[in-house]
Amino acid sequence: MLSLNDLYRGFRDPEVIKSLAKEIAIEAAKYSGKINIMEVCGGHTHTIMKYGLNQLLPDNIEFIHGPGCPVCIMPKERIDHAAALASLPNTILITLGDMIRVPGSNGNLAQFRANGCDIRPIYDPLDSLTIATDNPDKTVIFFAIGFETSTPMTAVLLDQAEKRNISNLLFHINHVLVPPAIDAVMADPSAKVNAFIGPAHVSVISGAKVYRSAVDSYNTPLVVSGFEPVDVMESILMIAKQKAQSIAVLENQYSRAVSEQGNLTAQALINKYMTIRPSFRWRGLGPIPDSALMLRDEYSHRDAERVYCEQLPDIEIDDHKACQCGDILRGLSKPKDCKVFGRGCTPETPLGSCMVSSEGACNAYYRYNGVTE
Amino acid sequence: MSHSNVNKTVQLSHGGGGKEMNRLIKDIFFKAFDNPILRSEEDAARLHFSGNTAFTTDSFTVAPLFFAGGDIGKLAIAGTVNDLAMMGAEPQFLSSSFIIEEGFAIDDLKKIVTSMTNELKRSGARIVCGDTKVVPRGCADGLFINTSGVGRILNNGISVKNLKEGDAIIVSRDIGRHGAAILMAREGLALESELTSDCATLWPIVEQLIASNIEVHAMRDATRGGLSAVLNEWASASNVGIEVNEAQIPVSNEVSGLCELYGFEPFDLANEGTFILAVPKAVAKETLEIMQTFCHCEQAAIIGNVNDIKPGKVILNTPWGSSRFLDIPQGELLPRIC
Repeated sequence: MLSLNDLYRGFRDPEVIKSLAKEIAIEAAKYSGKINIMEVCGGHTHTIMKYGLNQLLPDNIEFIHGPGCPVCIMPKERIDHAAALASLPNTILITLGDMIRVPGSNGNLAQFRANGCDIRPIYDPLDSLTIATDNPDKTVIFFAIGFETSTPMTAVLLDQAEKRNISNLLFHINHVLVPPAIDAVMADPSAKVNAFIGPAHVSVISGAKVYRSAVDSYNTPLVVSGFEPVDVMESILMIAKQKAQSIAVLENQYSRAVSEQGNLTAQALINKYMTIRPSFRWRGLGPIPDSALMLRDEYSHRDAERVYCEQLPDIEIDDHKACQCGDILRGLSKPKDCKVFGRGCTPETPLGSCMVSSEGACNAYYRYNGVTE
Repeated sequence: MSHSNVNKTVQLSHGGGGKEMNRLIKDIFFKAFDNPILRSEEDAARLHFSGNTAFTTDSFTVAPLFFAGGDIGKLAIAGTVNDLAMMGAEPQFLSSSFIIEEGFAIDDLKKIVTSMTNELKRSGARIVCGDTKVVPRGCADGLFINTSGVGRILNNGISVKNLKEGDAIIVSRDIGRHGAAILMAREGLALESELTSDCATLWPIVEQLIASNIEVHAMRDATRGGLSAVLNEWASASNVGIEVNEAQIPVSNEVSGLCELYGFEPFDLANEGTFILAVPKAVAKETLEIMQTFCHCEQAAIIGNVNDIKPGKVILNTPWGSSRFLDIPQGELLPRIC
């Protein structure tokens, strides 16, 4: 019998959540200024908005929704790459989850699929092996996306493709890294962020260690947090306590899954196949050095970006001029400050990155917020 | 192709209007759906109506065709019968139209038709006309069924526009089962689970409510789009606010677990035998008692109320005192990435 409930039920206990809210209020009152917490990961944004946790907190705690959503941060030119690859003859393009909804400059992948391209959203990247084996006369391209969380799945897929000699499986790598994104946010002198909730799943792979330099460089508390409401509330309490004591250290609330070093086997497999990309343009934030991965030279035969470089557009395309996603991701604006929010930019017709994914800040505000207003 | 294969699978010739088609229709459809109107073999069924009549149509394209708790045939009958029942109409006459992909197994077709016959018995409705088309392999995903239906309206007051401030919102059972069961079957999830679809004919329950003279303002089966879609449609059509309490909404352990795995919400998942009612608060308890006593709706629950807080919006209250909008689901249901 499926009993996943046991894994989360205790983390949604109403009494525990209410009691944490009270403790947070007591600790936050000891800090004279505003506690501006960036939750780097879109999963936390989703938890906060879906469970209405922001409504339980004192006025001097504010959330800033960070750039950690793999769908949100994908720039239009990369979607255009996916569309161009899917449009090649005898090609099957595979990708994860709601990437097919993200608009490129000529529409999203769902529209390309409706126009006849063979585009398949999958749940498990390893399904690509079956698709490639079942279609030996076609080129199967895996459009790989995601942060440190999903990179190991791509590495395992690559490993299996190599070991099984499946030659018709290629990769378009769009894996991005969290620490450089934090640096990019904090590089702005007007950044208001003075505390972080660290990503959960990312840290399971990379380990809590990757955030030490951020804590030291910006003198901000950072608490690695699980995704359940109790997890997030407990992490906010840990941050509030640090603020009350005027200290800034790295703490790990999600110790049931995250270690200091992370998953070393996964890290080794990733390093075998991938290396740091000199620069990657993030939707809303622009180019960030060393913020993404690419295939190593020895696997260039599997790199769709290199194999099809002639067919792939190289024009960088920004979001709509009115879109304020960059400022929203840096905490300089709120979704409702944006002139196109809820008007020209909605989940059905998103203009900017934050409205694109269900875990984006604008999308979360649009869907869940406003009950108490 | 051998002769035996020809007899085991549907061929293009079965849709050609000749002998083979005649045999298919007579051997399978007429045999199963037999009744005097169908047997008369006229170009159209001759029917007699008195009073207000409800008329509805629906096409069924589920993959896979067989799933835990039902199949496309059961779905095709229950779906159309439920559309009539939700208007307070007694389901009477149905049409049934098959679009079959060349190569479809005759045995599977027979299983589906038997399932339709069994489901018809639950409401007493009859199939009085139909159509069969066979399309070349690759032009359909196995089998599509369209059913249309008419029924005599016994309660004229039920409407999407009829919700009133102070109404109680009731759900007939735990939500999200059909969507979750299909997801499990489709993805071949190797999870040990007894999860089955809720696919069922709802007329017997509605008949009891009508017989008990319960004043029903609105009633709808929460199919695609789930509970969220129904409540949002109601809030918008009646220009009222709806508030529901998460703690009161029944959800099975299996559905909750699957939603956690995929990042879905049970409120958004499809149902095929679960319906939502809006009744005056004064009769809410009586309604529940009738449903729980006579209709195997042991899990039926009052989950919220109609008010004027945010007209056109649905608010979900959490068990820890916060609230949020329960929005209508958008686009394809796709799993989260991380």
